[in-house]
Amino acid sequence: MSILVYTENWAGKFKKLTYEIVSFAAAIAKEMGSSVTALSIGHVADDELKTLGKYGANKVLNVKDDRFESLDNKALADAVTKAAEKEGSNVIIFAHNNEGKAIAPRVSVKLNAGMVSGVTGLPVSVDPFVVRKKVFTGKAFANIQIKTDIRVITFAQNSFEVVENPTEAAIEVFDPQIGDEEFNTVIKDTHLITGKVLLTDAEIVVSGGRGMKGPENWGGLEELGDLLGAGMACSRPVSDEGWRPKEEHVGQTGKIIAPNVYMAFGISGAIQHLGGVSSSKYIVAINKDPEAPIFEAADYGIIGDAFKVIPQLIEAVKEMKANK
Amino acid sequence: MQNKTDNLKIYIMKILVLISNVPDTTTKIRFTGDNKAFDATGVQWIINPWDELALTRAMELKEAGGVEKITVANVGTKITEPTLRKALAVGADDAIRIDAEPLDAYFVATQLAQVAKDYDLILAGIEASDYNGAGVGGMLAEILGINSVSAVSGIDLENGELKIHRDIDGGSQLLSIPTPLIAIVQKGIAIDPRIPAMRGIMMARKKPLNVVPPVDAEARTEFLSYELPAPKAACKMVDEDNAKELIRLLREEAKVL
Repeated sequence: MSILVYTENWAGKFKKLTYEIVSFAAAIAKEMGSSVTALSIGHVADDELKTLGKYGANKVLNVKDDRFESLDNKALADAVTKAAEKEGSNVIIFAHNNEGKAIAPRVSVKLNAGMVSGVTGLPVSVDPFVVRKKVFTGKAFANIQIKTDIRVITFAQNSFEVVENPTEAAIEVFDPQIGDEEFNTVIKDTHLITGKVLLTDAEIVVSGGRGMKGPENWGGLEELGDLLGAGMACSRPVSDEGWRPKEEHVGQTGKIIAPNVYMAFGISGAIQHLGGVSSSKYIVAINKDPEAPIFEAADYGIIGDAFKVIPQLIEAVKEMKANK
Repeated sequence: MQNKTDNLKIYIMKILVLISNVPDTTTKIRFTGDNKAFDATGVQWIINPWDELALTRAMELKEAGGVEKITVANVGTKITEPTLRKALAVGADDAIRIDAEPLDAYFVATQLAQVAKDYDLILAGIEASDYNGAGVGGMLAEILGINSVSAVSGIDLENGELKIHRDIDGGSQLLSIPTPLIAIVQKGIAIDPRIPAMRGIMMARKKPLNVVPPVDAEARTEFLSYELPAPKAACKMVDEDNAKELIRLLREEAKVL
């Protein structure tokens, strides 16, 4: 028996989210008297693979096969299924993000497993296996029982405190032996916004809305973002107007993010916007309108002019960094 | 004069759009019977927003040529019919309703598999705004044994070939994937959902809405109970002229900087 974790890396380094899931899996393994196997697909150096042990992975299966770079959903699902079968896994955990949502449903069918996505926190119980998740786009929680012997879950970022469980992770090269005919996705072109913090994995996010008045006014936000090492985001009107690239749009129909701090400048906080950021640990709102709904979701707020506030924040962050 | 064989290259595609019937996104959510079930009293039902964008893009592709037919399908009881009629009013050619309570994603995917076999392209929204499951599209692809691609933010049809745009970490990709294919779509697939015009609403009344009996299938998960989130603590306010205090609070109180 084992718990299998599908890991994700960004340029050869594991995402912060992957460590969170490994540590979450280790906590479940403890309750179930099981162990944690992490599956890494891609080019990750052995030293980096070893870091998974720090969070409780007992074993790392390392798949080095360039064909998976096309992220072919079918082939990836086959590979994960083979790993789960080899390890006798009865819980398989993915991140609740693009990759997880693409592969987990396919794996669940292959393994005759029930699936619950967007799980927020440790299982309510492991026997029967009951998990909790947000429903109605954050307006409620549901407790759901998975009735099958094998369970697939996708884990909602930032719903488990990362803890270290120093373990010696055994690294094993694994070839799932997937035939060429399973790979049908061909990449014709890739467009990367380089040199930026990965928005979906950022710990701090700086975001601007219509209150920023125009694309020419983003200089201050970018400076603040750079100083904080933050990911940059924006509201839907801003991306629809073309003030910012559409990749930065967060909200129910854009990217769903869960940073430690989400700083919203000139964003009123329509319910669709909050749907994409409500899992943030802290929400900070700066808005002129004291009635803006964002203040109901926010933990800290300033009623005022973003253009007056931003320079003060920049100065304060510079002072903070100087004193560190 | 044009070469005759060129004319034969016109490719006729059939598209199936999966439709979830969900409460209007502004609905106040309530539960009944010891929080065991969703209270549907007085709820306004709509097409799931992502499915609506998928249908809109399907219509745009059809208008550009190369698409023969757009079918919409839903697993639900009779209460979902107004939502399917709306999809027909937007422009789908026909609708299929599989007459069953949608128990969970696997149950729904199993039901859809019986009607989804003859389509070149199947479009599914990334998730439904009620249970946020994000499961049906991928499960259906696996049951049918066909290709799937998720996080799709654009679809073009050029000379019968699909060009798929997919969001990835830090950017996007242009892909080519053979049909039959399930594309699981999100933001960007269409800009604004199409609103049915009066003419469309009139025509929708005459379009076929076929009711299909369910096949035997079991749900693999069960919703046991619901809870409303705990009320949030009030927002702590900082003065506009003392904005530096905000950084101090984030650092010393929230401990996140």
